[in-house]
Amino acid sequence: MTTSFTSAPYLGPNPPNGPHRLLAGWVQHRRGSDWTEHTARYGPLPLPRRLRRGGNQQLIQLVERSGLRGRGGAGFPTARKLAEVAAGRKPSLVIANGCEGDPASNKDRVLLRIAPHLVLDGIEAAAHAVGAPQAVLCLHQNDPLAQHLRAAIQQRPHTPLLPEVVEVPPHYVASADSSLVNLLTHGTARPGPRRPRPSERGVRGRPTLVDNVETLAHLALIARYGDAWFRGRGTHDAPGTTLVTINGAVQSPGVYEIDLGTPLSEMLRLAGGTAQPLRAVLLGGLAGHWLALPDMRALPLTDQACRQVGASLGIAALIALPIGACGLAASARILHYLASESAGQCGPCMFGLPAIADDLSAIATGQANHSHAQRLWRRLQVISGRGACAHPDGAVNLAASALRVFADDLDAHLAGQPCPGAAYPFPLPIPPDRPSLRPDRSLLTKEMSHGNRQSA
Amino acid sequence: MAIDKARDDSGRGRGTQLTLNPISCHAHGICAELLPEVITLDEWGYPIITSSRVPAELIKDARRAAAACPSLALKLVKSR
Repeated sequence: MTTSFTSAPYLGPNPPNGPHRLLAGWVQHRRGSDWTEHTARYGPLPLPRRLRRGGNQQLIQLVERSGLRGRGGAGFPTARKLAEVAAGRKPSLVIANGCEGDPASNKDRVLLRIAPHLVLDGIEAAAHAVGAPQAVLCLHQNDPLAQHLRAAIQQRPHTPLLPEVVEVPPHYVASADSSLVNLLTHGTARPGPRRPRPSERGVRGRPTLVDNVETLAHLALIARYGDAWFRGRGTHDAPGTTLVTINGAVQSPGVYEIDLGTPLSEMLRLAGGTAQPLRAVLLGGLAGHWLALPDMRALPLTDQACRQVGASLGIAALIALPIGACGLAASARILHYLASESAGQCGPCMFGLPAIADDLSAIATGQANHSHAQRLWRRLQVISGRGACAHPDGAVNLAASALRVFADDLDAHLAGQPCPGAAYPFPLPIPPDRPSLRPDRSLLTKEMSHGNRQSA
Repeated sequence: MAIDKARDDSGRGRGTQLTLNPISCHAHGICAELLPEVITLDEWGYPIITSSRVPAELIKDARRAAAACPSLALKLVKSR
């Protein structure tokens, strides 16, 4: 029996029972939903009229029973974060993270474009859950989405919880939660140390809930339909659906909504299958893990299953690499990109990432030998864990997984015989070169954003 | 596929620990000179704290190293 947090049966339309929950409107109409269509499809958000300062424990418990985990890459249990923020003594703040800094992922952009009101509902529900009197929606600068979301906000009945849209410099590390907190506090979107967590001390010392926009969209549906409904899809440990971006050598690359626990082979099939056999898949965004194929074809898409094979789910994005392409060369390109996106705050990242990128490039072009490879392994161990944020660790994990998954190719490359595919760079979703964050760190400052007042 | 870190975390949670703020650190290298038993420098000049727990006989030197850091990046903390 579904128990909504208002302890009354939901009086709106029936919940979506098919595999499409967030994308239900898109699947039916092949376009985004406005406010009218949104309320017709999902009904009203059943929130109490007044926001309570201590938050809403019933709603938090509902989210806990649902087992919702963050969809921004870290997979943190959402209810636990809500509880931490609600327990704070200073007035809290909700930050909805729609920046999607990883170029391999497109799902947040798609969600914001076609179902903005689900995200806006989620922000409102989250603010009620933690008792936050204020909310902010972060998007990349100069993105047409900012205009689209401002228009969507205008369509809604006015409440004090309508979020302010804040534009963020479009850098990879600028969309980390500590970066957004720093942006709103100091004006510069540089990542900071992991402790204290934003939920304990965030913007100007206030408890701050930073949640991915997709997480908030799921929250908006859980508030309506309850935990049993949410758990109707997915697995026990990984309940619900998730949006996944499928890129690379598939016939129909794009964003799909799938049940958590769906095997890799099924996701590739959903994306139209492949025209040629695949060598591997990069899972978890650009700073993710390579998974060898066909070995990993049955791997279910859950964080637990991924960890069992030495990977992690991260942000749900896949890049399918065909057999003719060189995984070492692709990884070298990705490493150069990640190196260029360092915030330049910590030595091991600022110097270590370009060094390992050069190492992998040398290996990819057949200009390295075994001692270079050993030096690269040592560098990976030295760099790991010594930055303030997770950026260098992601790059290290990518490099390590490339050396392991493409070990056969590695031997050939180190013998001076790079594979033919190394000469033909496989297209990767890496943006063209743009100004690095260093040495001019002003590229990270809020002054570059257009028309936004200082937030409180 | 976790990378084994260069640091040793086995002493975590007991006694006195050295912590480094990687953002403040600007690779002056004084700490490694004053406390070579516990701090080495990577190839780019940044400190690697090889054991987070400081043995009792080195606490005085550790304190000196933390005080000598021009960026105040190195700190000695007693764990709870």
